[in-house]
Amino acid sequence: MADSIVAAGSAKPDAAADARPTAAPVLKKIRRPRALGKCLPIIGPIALFIIWDLVVRAGWIKAILLPTPASTLITLVNGLAGGPLLLDFLVTFMRTLEAFLIAAVIGVPLGVLLGSNERAYRSVEFLIDFFRSTPSSALIPLFLLIFGVSDINKVAIAAFGALLIVLFNSAYGVLNARKQRVMAAKVMGASRWQIFKDVLLWESLQPTFVGLRSAVSMALVIVIVAEMFIGSENGLGHKIIDAQQVLNVREMYAAILAAGALGYALNVVFIVIEKRIVHWSGR
Amino acid sequence: MSVVISPKLKYEEPVVPFIPGPPGTHITIRGLTKYFAGWPLYEDFNLDIPKNKIVSVFGPNGCGKSTLINMIAGLIPIDSGQILFDGKSLADTKIGYVFQNYREAMFPWLRTIDNIAYPLKLEGKSKVEIKRRVEELVASFDVKFDLNRYPYEMSGGQQQTASIMRALAPGPEVLFLDEPFSALDFEMTLFIREKLQEVFMQTGTTMMLVSHDLEEAVYLADEILLLTKRPTKVAHILHYDDARPRTVETLTQPRFIEAKKMSLEIFQTEIRREATAQPPK
Repeated sequence: MADSIVAAGSAKPDAAADARPTAAPVLKKIRRPRALGKCLPIIGPIALFIIWDLVVRAGWIKAILLPTPASTLITLVNGLAGGPLLLDFLVTFMRTLEAFLIAAVIGVPLGVLLGSNERAYRSVEFLIDFFRSTPSSALIPLFLLIFGVSDINKVAIAAFGALLIVLFNSAYGVLNARKQRVMAAKVMGASRWQIFKDVLLWESLQPTFVGLRSAVSMALVIVIVAEMFIGSENGLGHKIIDAQQVLNVREMYAAILAAGALGYALNVVFIVIEKRIVHWSGR
Repeated sequence: MSVVISPKLKYEEPVVPFIPGPPGTHITIRGLTKYFAGWPLYEDFNLDIPKNKIVSVFGPNGCGKSTLINMIAGLIPIDSGQILFDGKSLADTKIGYVFQNYREAMFPWLRTIDNIAYPLKLEGKSKVEIKRRVEELVASFDVKFDLNRYPYEMSGGQQQTASIMRALAPGPEVLFLDEPFSALDFEMTLFIREKLQEVFMQTGTTMMLVSHDLEEAVYLADEILLLTKRPTKVAHILHYDDARPRTVETLTQPRFIEAKKMSLEIFQTEIRREATAQPPK
């Protein structure tokens, strides 16, 4: 609502300069949707914060369970600006990054290799699909047995979950490469190796990026879960469960929002990189 | 002539001795057999394709026009038979191929100019040689658009022009064109048709053109290869030797109209004929 008022207000001086009274409504009509269009993405969050605020103020939910959005945001900003939340945030970020890098470095080449040999892929397809469908959190106790209660454990289980996603997507990218491009290379006299490096590898890039993007989200999810339940001293997962135990709800919500922000930012970064590298995607 | 035939004799006992085509033959097809889903598409198919000529392939739906040139170009395996280029096998022959769907034939991760240079790179040509050859092609095609853009940034006609340039870059002995104009608008079709004719007059490259448009097939052709319903045989080979360059005026001249009419008559006789092969029940 506030935005449309601003748009209408800004239209007035133009109309006055035009000295034509009929110009004002016309300008209003054109400008309003544009201004609205730009603001559309923030309407949702603002609405959520307003409802959240109203719910707390009206006392529908006890303040001990839900702090006001303003105080949560203040806790979040204070925490991230050099407070203890920053350390937890960075620790979680690093673990996610490590797990992701391990998954990518192993998963992409292995996936591309498996994808370029359909028989090899078919022979392990069931294993990949099975463990891809198994919730990685179900494997946490198993990883505890192998790696003990350590930092490596959290990274390892997250890397495992992310690896299968990367592997699967890269392999399918190669398997489903456009047949005609392969034929075009073949008819020009390309050898198997040349077809692989000049066509298949490139064709697999886009699905590989889809895989990498899902993998980083998966890595974050597992890292947070692992931080909650595998005796951890830091990280956002630890922070969330710790704050919950002592009913420090403001810190809990701040940590949840920080985890959300991390996941969202990682996703955006990957979309930007993908658009840069796979510039032909969707065209 | 005697290069590659000998090793094959071991396991392929030729029932019929190899009969070479008449003088001036480029591609000889002998005993070509191809089954699809258990019923024959081609059975003991023989054909001679002349050298330095344009052959248009025309026939009823589903008779395997594209399959024929794909088999000759090695894109579809054959069940049995022999295809030789001037007596050589495909492996020893340089060919070019232009696909109908240029979007999925070009490599979108390469700039257009690198797409055109790609077959030259495969041949291991030096950068200087590649640059010279691409410049040559740009000059002979009179390219007015920016080849440093990516294929997806160009119009359909420009992309198809580029993919014809790519196919011609290594100087192929035979150029295959699988409905190269079907995805283009009329203006671009006319333009590329002229370019193809110019290139043909400059180089004399043997060309096989699959077309579903009779006018286009006759317009470019020295020979119109008319096929039957499956199992596919040669219905007729029609010669059309009007002088080149042919122009828009050619389209209204009696010789052209007669060639087109005859092709149409043969085609109609063929589509009315009962199919001799039925799918297995």
